Amino acid sequence: MSSATISPPKEEKSTRSFLEEVIAATPGESHLIDCIQCGTCGGSCPSGRDMDHTPRALFAMISVGMKEQVLKSNTPWYCVSCYYCTVRCPQSVHITDIMYTLKRLAVKENAYEKTKAPDFSKTFIEWVENYGRAFELGLMSMHLLKHNPFGVFKIAGMGIGMVTKGRMAFTPTRIKGMDNLKAILNKAKELEAVA
Amino acid sequence: MKYNYYPGCSLEKNAASYHISAMAIAKPLGMEFVEVDDWNCCGATEYVSLNLTASYALIARNLALAAKNEETKQLVAPCSACYLNLKKCDSYMLESPSLAEKVNTALAAGGLSYKGGTLKVRHLLDVVVNDIGYDAIAAKVTKPLKGLRVAPYYGCMIVRPKLGPDGTFDDVEYPKTLDKLLKVLGAEVIDFPLKSHCCGGHMTQISEGTGYELIRQLVKGATEYKADLMVTLCPMCQLNLDAFQGPMNSYFDTNYNMPVLYFTQMIGLAMGMDPTDLGIGAELVDARPALAKIGVEVPEPEMVIKKPPKEALPMPSLPEEK
Repeated sequence: MSSATISPPKEEKSTRSFLEEVIAATPGESHLIDCIQCGTCGGSCPSGRDMDHTPRALFAMISVGMKEQVLKSNTPWYCVSCYYCTVRCPQSVHITDIMYTLKRLAVKENAYEKTKAPDFSKTFIEWVENYGRAFELGLMSMHLLKHNPFGVFKIAGMGIGMVTKGRMAFTPTRIKGMDNLKAILNKAKELEAVA
Repeated sequence: MKYNYYPGCSLEKNAASYHISAMAIAKPLGMEFVEVDDWNCCGATEYVSLNLTASYALIARNLALAAKNEETKQLVAPCSACYLNLKKCDSYMLESPSLAEKVNTALAAGGLSYKGGTLKVRHLLDVVVNDIGYDAIAAKVTKPLKGLRVAPYYGCMIVRPKLGPDGTFDDVEYPKTLDKLLKVLGAEVIDFPLKSHCCGGHMTQISEGTGYELIRQLVKGATEYKADLMVTLCPMCQLNLDAFQGPMNSYFDTNYNMPVLYFTQMIGLAMGMDPTDLGIGAELVDARPALAKIGVEVPEPEMVIKKPPKEALPMPSLPEEK
């Protein structure tokens, strides 16, 4: 009889908006709204044991508007993009794509915790945005230096192997149309900021 | 048949042997590859984790460049991650007009445009087994891989997810095309239950325990099935299973020793080509003992470290903004 029973509409509004936000930020028809909470996704996930919430739980949290907890969750960052969940989902939910959406939202809101993954992605892309191609040596050494300087000793043998077998480039390749690519990416970033 | 060819960044260096062997078998099998002019990185699984429009615009630039070729509308990628990104971009630009509009607005800033559905994006394995066909390949086999036990390994992105009207060219969980191909080449093919499991992708760099565990399961599986080697079709899978097999062994204190080669190298060997012309010898897990079983001799690898060019030092450094 109190105001407590009247408050849900307000909560419902914000609830709907986060679910809608996730759906809107996912390309194509995500079918997230169709999730029946069966848990096939978590049962199919090769890295599920490292996740703090299963995908199923995460989707329930999205639908009730637990935005902060969802964006803080490590679940999307442990997704290995194997798409097992996506092809097994009886409701055709684009689970892997939704994980990408959650990563983007977490980066945008700076909400992620305890994961090196966003930094790895940023370093990877920095090379691509400046050269047009990925650069493995630059990526791996920068990433190691930043997050695990001593880790370099653990994989030193592998690094030497890659160099002696001629599998490691020392310099990045730059594409000819770098100006062209930069113009395209800058425009794309402008459009993304508006969305 | 003529194809636009998108090698992808891995095939430039770390998976050069995949590129070399694909080129070596192309001509005798009647495939003509035209490299997409000035192609750029597909963004792997990284860009889409940061920026949706930019990630699709990055991929779409390649589609737009490839679509300029009037001679063929087929686009072939040997890397599963590139293949999926290109296919996904093409498919979503068709499915989602709002995404297509944004991507095309971005492309227009570089004087390009792309209409979803213009190209047919294919994986190299798909082209080999479906366009060339098992019979035509069988006719070219001069040195069957008899006595070699192989574990066919597909990984994820070549068969999953189902996209667009065509879906995938093989089953999403139990693919068979590579099995059949290797049988045609004369190898003894294991019915490998882990064949479409995940190699862990970039996880070795993010959370090594997670990454190494996925690698361990696959290598352990192939070892228990007494495979002489694993055959793959993706540079990421090869890198994880081969180059990270050593670090994985140290992590778990195991001693696995499972060589990993590309399917294009197996085709070349069965066609009697010289292993060095197929890039064999660049594996970190030595494939020579396994190949000796079929009478293939690979010369001792050169252990000469080429001096890095001056401009590469000091490492690492980030590129300067212009």
